[in-house]
Amino acid sequence: MAIELPPQTADGTAPSAFLDVRDLQVHFPTEDGLVKAVDGVSFTLEKGRTLGIVGESGSGKSVTSLALLGLHKGTRAILSGEIWLDGEELVALPEPAMRALRGEKVSMIFQDPLSALHPFYMVGNQIAEAYLVHHKASKKEAKDRAIDMLKRVGIPQPERRVNDYPHQFSGGMRQRAMIAMSLVCNPELLIADEPTTALDVTVQAQILDLIHDLQQEYGSAVIIITHDLGVVAQTSNDILVMYGGRCIEYGSVQDVLNHPEHPYTWGLLQSMPSLSSDVHTKLNPIKGNPPSLINLPSGCAFSPRCAFKDRVPGGRCMTERPELRPMAGNDQHIAACHLADDEKTDRVAK
Amino acid sequence: MFRYLMRRLLAAAVILVVISAITFVTFFALPTDPALLACGKTCSPSRLAEIRHALGLDKSLATQYWEFFKGLFVDRTYGDQSITVHCNAPCLGVSFQSDTPVLTILLGDFPVDLSLGTGAAVIFLVVGVGLGMVAATHKGKAADKVAVSASLVGVSLQIYFVGLLLMWAFVDKWQILPAPSYTPLTQDPVGWFQGLLLPWATLVVIYLAFYTRLSRSSMLETLGEDYIRTARAKGLPMRRVILKHTLRAAITPIITIFGMDLASLIGGTAVITESVFGLNGIGKQAVDAVTNSDLPVTMGTTLFAAAAIVVFNIIVDMAYGIVDPRVRLA
Ligand SMILES: Nc1ncnc2c1ncn2[C@@H]1O[C@H](COP(=O)(O)OP(=O)(O)OP(=O)(O)O)[C@@H](O)[C@H]1O
Ligand SMILES: [Mg+2]
Repeated sequence: MAIELPPQTADGTAPSAFLDVRDLQVHFPTEDGLVKAVDGVSFTLEKGRTLGIVGESGSGKSVTSLALLGLHKGTRAILSGEIWLDGEELVALPEPAMRALRGEKVSMIFQDPLSALHPFYMVGNQIAEAYLVHHKASKKEAKDRAIDMLKRVGIPQPERRVNDYPHQFSGGMRQRAMIAMSLVCNPELLIADEPTTALDVTVQAQILDLIHDLQQEYGSAVIIITHDLGVVAQTSNDILVMYGGRCIEYGSVQDVLNHPEHPYTWGLLQSMPSLSSDVHTKLNPIKGNPPSLINLPSGCAFSPRCAFKDRVPGGRCMTERPELRPMAGNDQHIAACHLADDEKTDRVAK
Repeated sequence: MFRYLMRRLLAAAVILVVISAITFVTFFALPTDPALLACGKTCSPSRLAEIRHALGLDKSLATQYWEFFKGLFVDRTYGDQSITVHCNAPCLGVSFQSDTPVLTILLGDFPVDLSLGTGAAVIFLVVGVGLGMVAATHKGKAADKVAVSASLVGVSLQIYFVGLLLMWAFVDKWQILPAPSYTPLTQDPVGWFQGLLLPWATLVVIYLAFYTRLSRSSMLETLGEDYIRTARAKGLPMRRVILKHTLRAAITPIITIFGMDLASLIGGTAVITESVFGLNGIGKQAVDAVTNSDLPVTMGTTLFAAAAIVVFNIIVDMAYGIVDPRVRLA
């Protein structure tokens, strides 16, 4: 009998949650230079809880989630850091062991279901296949399971629709089929990468409810990736804000949305229609462009776009990279910003 | 489906009629006189006129074409008092050179190119896609570099060089193969195989490079698709991801090109290979016919090659409809 060794983390502390990501880095060597798509991201997530990851396009949200599935293995991506899932470390896990987890223990609802579903195979076959890789079952049983899943996610006439090809589904149905496929093995960690973008509001609400219900039923840990703080407010317990491949604010949804500490988070909140009480309030999109991931601005990556950098004396925002630190004495709410706490209270009160 | 096929076949027939008319006109625009050639060195004006009449060359161009066209549906009889040749419908004319009906000639030569082309095509498709797959899945590594550079060597070689080299090595020096020749498959399968092995090998060397690179790039493109990532995310083994999900999508663009290559090989493009190995196929027949100003045979071989292309075009489109569920034939 093998002796169970306690997991060896880099700093010797035991993984503190079902999912414990520590200083994750994903870098891509390219002709133009090293793209630091994810550069030191840490977070934890317990079963039954939901984490929302938000950030602009290109901030590294998808690359982070692909790392959780081990999908960077066998590519040119360079990974470092640790991903502890249920006491097992995934960054160094060999491909065969990782493969056994994929789709079974960790699964993902991909962004853009039209291109994420294979155009040449029937939807039902694609769902059944996901089941068959991890279960000893007959083709018939797997197909029944696929029909069952399609029914669960609210596809009408699943017995007939199971034989349709993806192009015969509507956008919302494709998203549901994608969800059915990712849930067919009852994963313990479900990552939903923008599961509702490009869907109209009613369908969006249905899909989010569906994910919520299935989470309740199986007690899975869920990560929801989105541009939309409204979705996070509705679904998540915790929120992680990414900017230029780094975490710039992290905490409970209440803390972060009610007392945002980073000017970028303020900007995100201001550029959101659904949270502003007055419909006539003009939206304020954050000015400027996302940073280059090859040459991040020195100092704070957000400084070129930040309206408050002059309030920090000595031009520190341009020279010194702010570390994540607890805000307002709350250990559970961290942000990376040089602005003194009183400056911000000042700003938020406005 | 049936209506689609009927429409396509009708369009194909129209295309063939147009091609036959163009060939006809082009032929008469050429400076050589077929009657003069048939008449020989000691030719008297009266004999020349006789031959002209016998070949039907004294009639107007339109009449000649009309008679050719009519021959497709009703029997024709050629010649004068001395020799008469009977040509049953569908009649594509009678060779000026050998007095044999063109259709008989084509049917005699066609199996050579069918065997030569199909055999070679199957090999270069399977091997090319296989090599392309290995290269794509080992991109930038040794296997990729070997496959790509080996295929570059192939592309820069010439048929007469490869063909003669293979003949010299296998037939003359080591004597492990008989001299290439065509034996019908139904008559002697082993002889058929041995006789065509070297011609196949030659064609494969020439075409393989292209198919390797084509399938390599198609595989690479497909491997970057989101649905391949989905397949991996399900936990499928890489072997299955490649052999099922990637190959199915990557092969689709290759079908068209393969269909056209196969059609033109069967239609007689392998003429250099034919002549290097002394095989009497459509290609050689066509070249001879042009050299000898043999109008009916020129027409026949041209139409045959065109028909092969047109028919394979239809086959390819129908194959697309089967492979890709998004394509609806209508
Ligand atoms: N294989 C790769 N090679 C090089 N760069 C990559 C690769 N994959 C992703 N990137 C880069 O990493 C950055 C982060 O990409 P990612 O897909 O994670 O963004 P995202 O936050 O999910 O954005 P979106 O909201 O648009 O989905 C992008 O700038 C992207 O160009
Ligand atoms: Mg993304």
